[in-house]
Amino acid sequence: MRAPDTRAGGAAGLPPALPGLDPAWSRLVAVADSSGAKHTWHVLDNGVRDPVGTLLCVHGNPTWSYLWRRLLAAAPPGWRVVAPDHLGMGFSDRPPGPRSLRQRIADLGDLTAALGVTGPVVTVGHDWGGVISLGWALAHRQDLRGVVLANTAVAMPEGDLGPALIRMANAPGVRAAVTVGTPVFVRATTALSRPALPADVRRAFAAPYRSPARRRSVGDFVADIPFSPGHPSRPVQEAVAEGIRTLDVPALLLWGPRDPVFGERYLADLRSRLPQARLHRYEGASHLLPEDAPRYAGAVAQWVTDLGTGTAEPPDRPAGDAARRLWSALDERSDDDAPAVVEVGGTTVSWSALARRVRDLAAGLAASGVRPGHRVALLVEPSADLTAAVYAVWRAGAVVVVADKGLGFAGMRRALRSASVDSVIGSRPGLAAARLMGLPGSRTAAGRASRAALRALGAAATLDELEARGRSAPVPAECPVDDDCAVLFTSGATGPAKGVVYTHRQAAAQLELVRATYGLTADDRLVAAFAPFAILGPALGIGSAVPDVDVTAPGSLTAAALADAAAAVDATVVFASPAALRRVGATAGDLSSGQRGALAGVRLLMSAGAPVPASLLRSLQEVLPAADAHTPYGMTEVLPVTDVSLAGIEAAGEGEGVCVGAPLPGVTVRVSPLSPEGTADGPLTDRPGVVGEVCVRAAHVKDRYDALWALERSASRDPGFHRTGDVGHLDPDGRLWIEGRLQHVVPTASGPVTPVGVEQRVERVDGVTAAAAVGVGPPGAQVVVLVVVPSEGSPGRRRRRLGLAGPDLAEAVRAAAGVDVAAVLTASALPVDIRHQSKVDRGEVASRAARVLAGARAPRP
Amino acid sequence: MRVLVTGASGMLGRATATGLLERGDEVTVLQRRPSGLPCREVLGDVADPAVVGRAVRGQDAVLHLAAKVDVTGPWAEYVAANVDGTRTVVDACRTADVGRLVHVSSPSVAHAGTALAGVVAGPADPARARGRYARTKAVAELDALAADSSALAVLAVRPHLVWGPGDTQLVGRIVERARTGRLPVIGSGAALIDTTYVDNAAAALVAAVDACGPVHGEALVVSNGEPRPVAEVIGRLCRAAGVPAPRRRVPFGAAYAVGAAVEGVWAVTGRRQVPPITRFLAEQLATAHWFDQRRTRTALGWRPRVGLEEGFARLRNWYLRTAPAT
Repeated sequence: MRAPDTRAGGAAGLPPALPGLDPAWSRLVAVADSSGAKHTWHVLDNGVRDPVGTLLCVHGNPTWSYLWRRLLAAAPPGWRVVAPDHLGMGFSDRPPGPRSLRQRIADLGDLTAALGVTGPVVTVGHDWGGVISLGWALAHRQDLRGVVLANTAVAMPEGDLGPALIRMANAPGVRAAVTVGTPVFVRATTALSRPALPADVRRAFAAPYRSPARRRSVGDFVADIPFSPGHPSRPVQEAVAEGIRTLDVPALLLWGPRDPVFGERYLADLRSRLPQARLHRYEGASHLLPEDAPRYAGAVAQWVTDLGTGTAEPPDRPAGDAARRLWSALDERSDDDAPAVVEVGGTTVSWSALARRVRDLAAGLAASGVRPGHRVALLVEPSADLTAAVYAVWRAGAVVVVADKGLGFAGMRRALRSASVDSVIGSRPGLAAARLMGLPGSRTAAGRASRAALRALGAAATLDELEARGRSAPVPAECPVDDDCAVLFTSGATGPAKGVVYTHRQAAAQLELVRATYGLTADDRLVAAFAPFAILGPALGIGSAVPDVDVTAPGSLTAAALADAAAAVDATVVFASPAALRRVGATAGDLSSGQRGALAGVRLLMSAGAPVPASLLRSLQEVLPAADAHTPYGMTEVLPVTDVSLAGIEAAGEGEGVCVGAPLPGVTVRVSPLSPEGTADGPLTDRPGVVGEVCVRAAHVKDRYDALWALERSASRDPGFHRTGDVGHLDPDGRLWIEGRLQHVVPTASGPVTPVGVEQRVERVDGVTAAAAVGVGPPGAQVVVLVVVPSEGSPGRRRRRLGLAGPDLAEAVRAAAGVDVAAVLTASALPVDIRHQSKVDRGEVASRAARVLAGARAPRP
Repeated sequence: MRVLVTGASGMLGRATATGLLERGDEVTVLQRRPSGLPCREVLGDVADPAVVGRAVRGQDAVLHLAAKVDVTGPWAEYVAANVDGTRTVVDACRTADVGRLVHVSSPSVAHAGTALAGVVAGPADPARARGRYARTKAVAELDALAADSSALAVLAVRPHLVWGPGDTQLVGRIVERARTGRLPVIGSGAALIDTTYVDNAAAALVAAVDACGPVHGEALVVSNGEPRPVAEVIGRLCRAAGVPAPRRRVPFGAAYAVGAAVEGVWAVTGRRQVPPITRFLAEQLATAHWFDQRRTRTALGWRPRVGLEEGFARLRNWYLRTAPAT
């Protein structure tokens, strides 16, 4: 395959056949520039006539319009997509001299005029194409309907010298010798992609830049970036950067956070100039976002389609009255000397002391510059300090950002960086981690620290110092109930953890529902061994104890530690994850009679975070004899959705999946039926027995996903409802049964198969202790495979690798499964998630099974 | 309908011709030796234009099964039976103005030795198909589909690993070797393979005779749509026949190397008896090959009636009845 650019000359031409590029899109257009000189442009154009709108896509350096091929392929109905190669770039003419930013903006205007592009237009820009696209936008305001930007910059943030990589490409000597003289810069750009690009796509990007003559504009482009104040293009760049503050059209920012060229500070700069912008961060993606996150094309198509419908109607969703604020109980009990928060083996804080501390700390935070709406990351272990800090941040009108250690360091780093925090409150290890994570913003230290230690951690003050300062400062006004109050993160068991934003109204509604569902009153006392609930005692209006264990490490809670915590507050309620309860059950033998007495006072046991087997709840009756065992069902995005007691589980009996009970008052549950390919596309229904994605409407559903516009759009595509990603059905009595995760549905030729019911039946087979039902093969034609863990002593030795089950075990599993089973494999254990240590990673099981069942790899003939 | 079935002496051809007869079609069969079927019979070589021309004349449809299915023998014999035979049938259909030709092919025409998991019928590939049978069948299928036109609708159907009572090819050989302890499990035995119970394959071919016309110019794999690990399939076949399932394991690489050596010896010495192992066989026994049946079922309006369990039970009964004879 010979590309036309192997000719030494500079004339425009059509690109050769390249992967993903429809030759019908390519056209050559001759356009006279402002000096009257004619240049031929190469343009990708889907050629839609009388379009409802036009997407004008502007590439950066050193790419070309090939970057936008997926957007042309995914164009929404009626939309024209036009993607030119800049003059001197791609397959356009190579004009004699360099072209300045001013000239390029004018060139683009000449081209769109020649192409007959009229409004409405949405500009789309990547890299330095961002500035040019915005320059065009400012010059065509009457036609402009929106702007989309991906990994770009319009200005260098103050004190910034510009991206290091670009500066290097422009360094004296480097530009001529390397950037133009060799293909290194061109190839280096496509080498930035994460995951790595296929070789044929990298070749396609390099196709128009094969000789130094063809690459001259690549160097000119770099030289035209106004790094220094005296640069001739600086005034134009600054005019664009300032001008976009006045744009009143919708904006969409698509960002690859692994970009070594345009880092977080450029994103922050863009958001400050375009405050109306929606943002989607594609975790894992780098600089070449359109390559690294091919889903971007669908997101842009959805966004421009939404522009057309222009529905601003608020979704039909109940709103909580927020009669009580998160700190109301603190106000009401400010004279109460009963314990509010007890650290077992540490401090006890009374309601009056906590109320005073929160008020003073809130005033201190405000005095130190924390403003309403600011985001404050809390890197403090569950403790009295953490509780005080959370309520003080709320009282100051700011937003708490909480990522627990279960995400691992890399996961926490990704999560906290995505939340664009304004400041950090941390214990010493927390602040050290914040530094390693490169989190922005000011620092406050929890606990005692010397001045030297504070300096080393970059902290301006300790919490105690802020509290002292706050005693003489005004208490901030209460923030409006519809302001954000928290950013939490999903477990990250299935991909990067997702940020979830709640408003005060939604959080208040959640607490009100929890209070009403479990009949909590001021006479109750809580032991919270479940991370998010460890800090919610004061908001629930009940005293709470935090056990002397790492509540973010499931499995570290012993029966004795639980009993000590219960004794410390004379507990009536225990909330713990199933993993924690398993350990409690296993260590019950170590309890003293005094400890047993403390646990005998507990009237209510709640467990959530992962599926809670009835057998586990039953086994705890011996430890917590007076406790009514309940398990609420829900997720980070909405909790609780339903609740079921042990008695309720037993009454429901066996069925397809796990019975999680009936929706709680004010909660509406519907399912979106599954298609044969295993997607949930059907209209919402509450018809009993219909299997589909569980969708929830309630006052306490999250406000939105954070910095994940496309996900939010998709999860809330049924107005008022949140799509949970769980699959299940409602029964004739209105109870909800959960059958697995949507991405674990096995789309077989005879319809979708959900895993949980099959696994439950197989786990009842003698000799099987655990089972995972997964699919192998292409969607729609998959077959079901069961991977089982045989119990000790049963035939088949323990093995790490998956192996074929023997004929008898295979037959027993097939007979129990209730669906056609292609193969039965054995394993010594199933892979589980890190955070809960209880959710089976079916994706991993499926890929291992697929490898084994593919058989041997044949030698090349 | 008047239908010619070529190659009606084999298990599948016989079952298909019987299926057509039972529903009242006017059936002619063409093969070398008398079939014993209660219908018009033309005896002769499927590559002989005179014989084929006589058999094809006056037919509404032709179902072409005749082929050389062996694993040994000179290349020329495969070409004569599979390539020349198919060309002769295609030419005769054109000359005699027959409207439909169902060409019976094999999934091996598109199997280059790599794992196939839930795939649709890929294009026949004579250059990469494994073994003489598969390569000549690949050429034949391309020839047949190339003849698809408004005058002659051609449909290629690829039944996958057909087995059933009376089968001397697949089941017969496996059982015989297992009985004499010469059947190892190759590789892990976990590779998923699809098979087809003979009655299902026959019903699919009958359905193809009807569908051919509206459906034409494509290849469809036919199977039970119930893939199982290869060791399990062989184990069940052995159990049905009352012989012990293989236990001895041979690593795939070793089996493949031995297969290559055996092929060499057979080629040099010109032996004609069935070799113990070939590279093709080693691959077939160690590499996944199962298929997406959705297009096939829609196109043919057919579904397998006999599930694997029922098929194994019928095989068991057959062995019980015929045990003294074997």
